[in-house]
Amino acid sequence: MSAVQEMFRRDRVFDFMVPKVVNGLDLSHGTVLYMEDVSVAFDGFKAINDLNFYVNAGELRCLIGPNGAGKTTMMDIITGKTRPDKGTCWFGSRMNLLQMHEPEIAQAGIGRKFQKPTVFEYHSVFENLELSMAGPKGVWRTLRARLTALEHERIDEVLELIGLRDVSGRLAGALSHGQKQWLEIGMLLMQNPMLLLVDEPAAGMTHQEMDRTVELLTSLAGEHSVVVVEHDMDFVRALNSRVTVLHQGSVLAEGSMDQVQNDPKVVEVYLGE
Amino acid sequence: MLLMRILKNDRGGQVFLLILLAVMIAVPVLNGLPADNPLHVSTYTVTLLGKYLTYALLAVAVDLVWGYLGILSLGHAAFFALGGYAMGMYLMRQIGERGVYGNPELPDFMVFLNWQELPWFWHGFDQFWFAILMVMVAPGLLAFVFGWLAFRSRVTGVYLSIITQALTYALMLAFFRNEMGFGGNNGLTDFKDILGFSLQADSTRIALFLASALALGIGYLACRALVKSRLGRVAVAIRDTEDRTRFIGYKVEHVKLAIFTFSAVLAGIAGALYVPQVGIINPGEFAPLNSIEVVIWVAMGGRATLYGAVLGAIGVNYAKTWFTGAFPEVWLFALGGLFVLVTLLLPRGVVGLWRRKGDA
Amino acid sequence: MLRVFVTTLLLCLSTTALAAKIETGDPTLDAAFEQLLNRDFAIKAEGVNALAESGNPKAVELLRGVLEGRLRYLKKNKRLVWMEKQDGKYVAIDALNAEEYGKASKRKFKKLAINNKMRGQIKGLLAALELSDPDPAVRLASVNTMLQDSDRSQAELFSRLLKDEQDPAVREAMQGGLALARLSAPDAAQRLRAVADVSDSLQPQVRNGLRRLVDSDPDEAVRTAAASALEKIDGRVAFFGHVETLFFGLSLGSVLVLAAIGLAITFGVMGVINMAHGELIMLGAYTTYLIQQLMPEMIGLSLLLSLPAAFLVSGAVGIAIERGVIRFLYGRPLETLLATFGISLVLQQLVRTLISPQNVPVSNPDFLSGFWQINGVLSLTYNRLYIFVFCLLVFAALFFVLKRTRLGLQVRAVSQNRSMARAMGVRSARVDAMTFGLGSGIAGIAGVALSQLTNVGPNLGQAYIVDSFMVVVFGGVGNLWGTLIGGLGLGIANKVMEPWAGAVLAKILVLVFIILFIQKRPRGLFPQKGRAAEG
Repeated sequence: MSAVQEMFRRDRVFDFMVPKVVNGLDLSHGTVLYMEDVSVAFDGFKAINDLNFYVNAGELRCLIGPNGAGKTTMMDIITGKTRPDKGTCWFGSRMNLLQMHEPEIAQAGIGRKFQKPTVFEYHSVFENLELSMAGPKGVWRTLRARLTALEHERIDEVLELIGLRDVSGRLAGALSHGQKQWLEIGMLLMQNPMLLLVDEPAAGMTHQEMDRTVELLTSLAGEHSVVVVEHDMDFVRALNSRVTVLHQGSVLAEGSMDQVQNDPKVVEVYLGE
Repeated sequence: MLLMRILKNDRGGQVFLLILLAVMIAVPVLNGLPADNPLHVSTYTVTLLGKYLTYALLAVAVDLVWGYLGILSLGHAAFFALGGYAMGMYLMRQIGERGVYGNPELPDFMVFLNWQELPWFWHGFDQFWFAILMVMVAPGLLAFVFGWLAFRSRVTGVYLSIITQALTYALMLAFFRNEMGFGGNNGLTDFKDILGFSLQADSTRIALFLASALALGIGYLACRALVKSRLGRVAVAIRDTEDRTRFIGYKVEHVKLAIFTFSAVLAGIAGALYVPQVGIINPGEFAPLNSIEVVIWVAMGGRATLYGAVLGAIGVNYAKTWFTGAFPEVWLFALGGLFVLVTLLLPRGVVGLWRRKGDA
Repeated sequence: MLRVFVTTLLLCLSTTALAAKIETGDPTLDAAFEQLLNRDFAIKAEGVNALAESGNPKAVELLRGVLEGRLRYLKKNKRLVWMEKQDGKYVAIDALNAEEYGKASKRKFKKLAINNKMRGQIKGLLAALELSDPDPAVRLASVNTMLQDSDRSQAELFSRLLKDEQDPAVREAMQGGLALARLSAPDAAQRLRAVADVSDSLQPQVRNGLRRLVDSDPDEAVRTAAASALEKIDGRVAFFGHVETLFFGLSLGSVLVLAAIGLAITFGVMGVINMAHGELIMLGAYTTYLIQQLMPEMIGLSLLLSLPAAFLVSGAVGIAIERGVIRFLYGRPLETLLATFGISLVLQQLVRTLISPQNVPVSNPDFLSGFWQINGVLSLTYNRLYIFVFCLLVFAALFFVLKRTRLGLQVRAVSQNRSMARAMGVRSARVDAMTFGLGSGIAGIAGVALSQLTNVGPNLGQAYIVDSFMVVVFGGVGNLWGTLIGGLGLGIANKVMEPWAGAVLAKILVLVFIILFIQKRPRGLFPQKGRAAEG
C-alpha cells in the first residue's frame, strides 16, 4: 500500500497514537514471555548472544547454565535494568518490555527475587512485606495509604508461609542469610506478579527449607508463571519442570531434566555435575 | 486526635514540641518583665532565638531529604535564600517613600542605578499574599525543575551533591550582579515594616518569634507525618537500596521529586521568616559554605530523627554566636574541627548517644 | 653646515653688539636660544633648527619644552628654566643642571614664543631627532607615534630615512607609514597602488585610512579596491580575534586542568571527595610566596624551587589528611565530603592566623613577564604560554607515572577492584596514602602556577574548588584524558561566551550547561566502565 493509502487506513490508528504501554496482560496466545534475537555486549564481551527464550503462561521453568552464561543478565533485561543492543522482549503479546522502566515492569506483573538477598535493611520484616504489596504506587496514594484489614491479613498469610511470623517486628538487616532469602521470597509473593523470576532460591537453605521452597514454587505455577535460575541440580530435579540450558549467552538445550542431562552438548559444557 | 497520632512512638518529638511550647509561652512573658529583672529576656535575645528557630526549620528540611531520602543537598541554603529574597522584596516595597531617595515606587538601589521603572518580576510584591505565595513557589519551582533534571537522569550520591553545590554557587554569582535587579552585592535591606507593623517594635519582634516557632512546630509535624506514612517508608527504602525499590514498582524519581520539592518549600518559608528578623538579605546567603553548615547542624544533632536537626541547628548556632563573640578567630577552627569530629566519632549525632540501637 | 657657520657668525656679532643674553654652558645652545628670543619669527625658526642640529644631548628635551611652553627664560640670571607650579606658586628649576632657583612671579619668566608654523616645524624636528636615535626601540616608538597623526610630510621623512634604516621592525613600520601616507596621494593610480600595498597590514591607522577611502574617494576603482582590502583585513582581524579567544580559553583551561587533575585521581581512584583540595592548591601558592620571601633577589630560581617544595608540602598535608581522617571513612563518601570540608576550613583559618588574612604579593620572574607580539593584533603573554605548556608537561608526567610505573599499576588495580588487588598482595592502605599524596602534591604544583596568574589569599582555594569539581564531573571520574579535555573544553567554552555574556554570566552558563550535560551523560565524557563502576 502506498504511503498515502497507509495514512488513510480506517482499520488502524496512526502509529504515533498507539500507546506505548498497554494496560492488561494479554495471554490469549498462551505465552507470557517472548525473548527473540536478544543480544547485549558489555565492552566487547557478548553477554547475551542471539537469545531466543519463551515461557508459556502458567509454566514452571528452570534455567541452568555455567557461570557467566548470562542468566542474571537475561533477568536484568527482562526487568528493565539493562537494555539489549538488539532483539525484542515481550510480556504477554502486547507489552513491550524494552520500552518500559523498571517500576512500570514491576507494576505490570513481573517480580524478581535477586541472587543476593536485597531486603530493606532498616525496615522491619512486616514493613518489607507491606512495601512490596501489590497495588497502585503513585506518590500521593502512597502518602495517604493506610493498611486495610484485608491487606494486613494477606501479609500475615505470607508471613506464615515464609515462616517469619515470629520475627515480623525485627529489622530485616538483623536476619540471618536464610531468613533474608525467605523474606525476599515473601516480598515477591506480596507483589503477586504474573511472572516470577527467582534467582538462586536454594542458596544457603537447609534441606527442609528447600523442600518447602519446591512446594511453594510448584504451587505457584498454574496461576502464575515461574522461571527459576539454579545451580543446585537436586533442587532442579525436585522441581520436575522443563529445563533450559544457557551457555555463552544463548540457549544450548531445552527439555525435561533427563533429556537435558543426557544431551551431549550439555555434558560437554558442564563436564558432568 | 491527629497530633497524638503523628507523635505516637516519637518520644523525641514529644519532648521537643513540649519544650517549644514552653518557650513560646515563656519568652514573650519574660520579655514583658522590666529590664532590670534578672529573668528579663531582651528583645535582642528574642530576635536571636527567632533566628535560631528559622535555622532549625531549615535543618529539619535538610534532614528530611538527607536522613530519610539519602540526598545530601549541598545547596539547600539556596532555597532558604530564595524564600528570604521573596520576603525581602515585599518588605522593600513596603518602604515606599521612606527610603533614602524618597521614591514611592522604586527601592533605593534601583534609583541609585538610574532605573526608571520597576522590573516585571517585582510587580505584585506589594501584596503580602503574593509575597507569601512566591516564598513557596520560587524555591519550590527551582527544586522541581532541578530535581526533575537530576533525578530523571539518575544522578545520585556525590555527583548529585556536587551538582547541588554548583547550583547554589551559580545562584550566588547571579545574585551578586547589580543588573539582576535584586540589590546586587548589597542585597535588600533597610526594611521599615511588615503588614503595617514596624519591624523595630518589640511587639512585632515577638510576633515574628512566635511565627517562627509556630512554623517550626508545624513543619516538624508535617515532616513527621510524612516520614511515618508509607511514603516515608518508601523514602527510606530508596535511601537504602534505590534499585530494589524500583523493582518493587515505585517510581523513585517521582518520590524524590515530591519530597525534595516539599523540603525546598519548607526551607523557603524558613528563609522568609528569617529575613524580617535579621533585617537584611544579601547574595552571601547563597554561598556554598552556608549550605554545608546546615548539613553539619543536622549531622551534629543526629540524622534521620528530625528533632536531632533542631538540636543541632540551635546548638551549633549558639556555639557560633558565643565563639564569634568571645574568640572570633577560633570559630572557623572550631567549626572545621566539628565537621571532622562529628563524621568520625558521632555518625549518629548527639542524639545517637541516647537513642536505642535498632531505631531506623 | 653653512647655516651653522652663518648663525654662529651672526651670534658672535650679536653677542658683541649686545651683552650675552643667555648662558647655558654650551655656546651653540646659547646662540640658538638667542635667536629664539628674537622678535622675528623667521629668526626664531632658524633658532629652532639650530637647536635641533646642535647635537646637544638635551636638545630633544629642550625642544619639547619650547613646544609645550614649559621652557622659560629667567632674566635675572640669564638661565633657561623649567617653569613649574608648586603649591600655587611658580618655581624655577634650571633646565640644564636642575638647580632650584626658588619662587618667582610669573612675569619674571620670559616666554619663548612660537607660532603654529613653528609648532609643526618643531614636531617634525623632534620626530626626525628621535628617528635617528641609536636605539631601535626608540625609533620604532617614534615611527608608531608619527603614524598616529598621519601627516603627509612624514612620507618624505620616511622615504628619506628608509634608505639608511637597518632594523627590520622599524623598516616595516616606516614602509607602513609611507603606504598610509600614499593613501592620500593626489593621483588615483598611486592611491590604488597604495591600497594594494597596505592590504595585508593590520595597523588600525591603515584600516581608518581605507575606511576614509571607501567613504569619500572620488575614484570608483579606488573605492572598490579599498572596500575589498578592508574586508580582507577585517576578516584577518576577526580570525586573530578568535585565535586570541582560543588562546585565552586554553590558558584558562590549563589552569582548570592543573587544579582538577589531582582531584580526578583521588576521586577516581579512591572515590573520595576531597573538599580540602582547594586549600591544598592554596598551600602550594603560599609555599611559593614563602620561598620568595626567603630569596627575594632570585625570583626565577625561587619559582623553580617552589615546584618541588609545593609538591612536598601539599603532598605531605594530603597524606596526613588521608591517614588521619579519610582512612576511617572509607565507603562513606558523603561523610568524607563533610570531614574534608571541615579540614578545608581549618586550613584556611590556619593560613589566616599564621600568615595573614590579606592577600600576599607574589612576584613574577622576568622570564614570565612580557609578551610575544605575533602581529599587529595578536600578542600572547608569556605567563599564560608557560602555564599552558606546564600543564601539558604535568599531564604527561602524571600519565607516565600512572601507566608506566609500579605505583601507577597498583593505583589502577586498587581503583578497579580493591579486594582483588589486596588479594594479589598490593598494600592498598599504602597505595591509598600514596595516591592521595600524589593528587595533593599535584594540587600544590597547581598552586605554584596559580600564584603567577592571580592574587594569592586564604580564599584562593574556594575560588577553584567548584570549578575543579565541575571539570572532574564533566570529564569523567578517574580519567586523565577526560580531565584534560574537559578542563580545556570548559575553559574555551567560558572564554567564548565571555564577550557577549560577561565573565560572571559566562560562568553561570557553564555551570548550567554542566548540570544539563549530566542529564545526558551522568558519568561524564569518559566514564569508568564495567560492573565495578556501577554504584
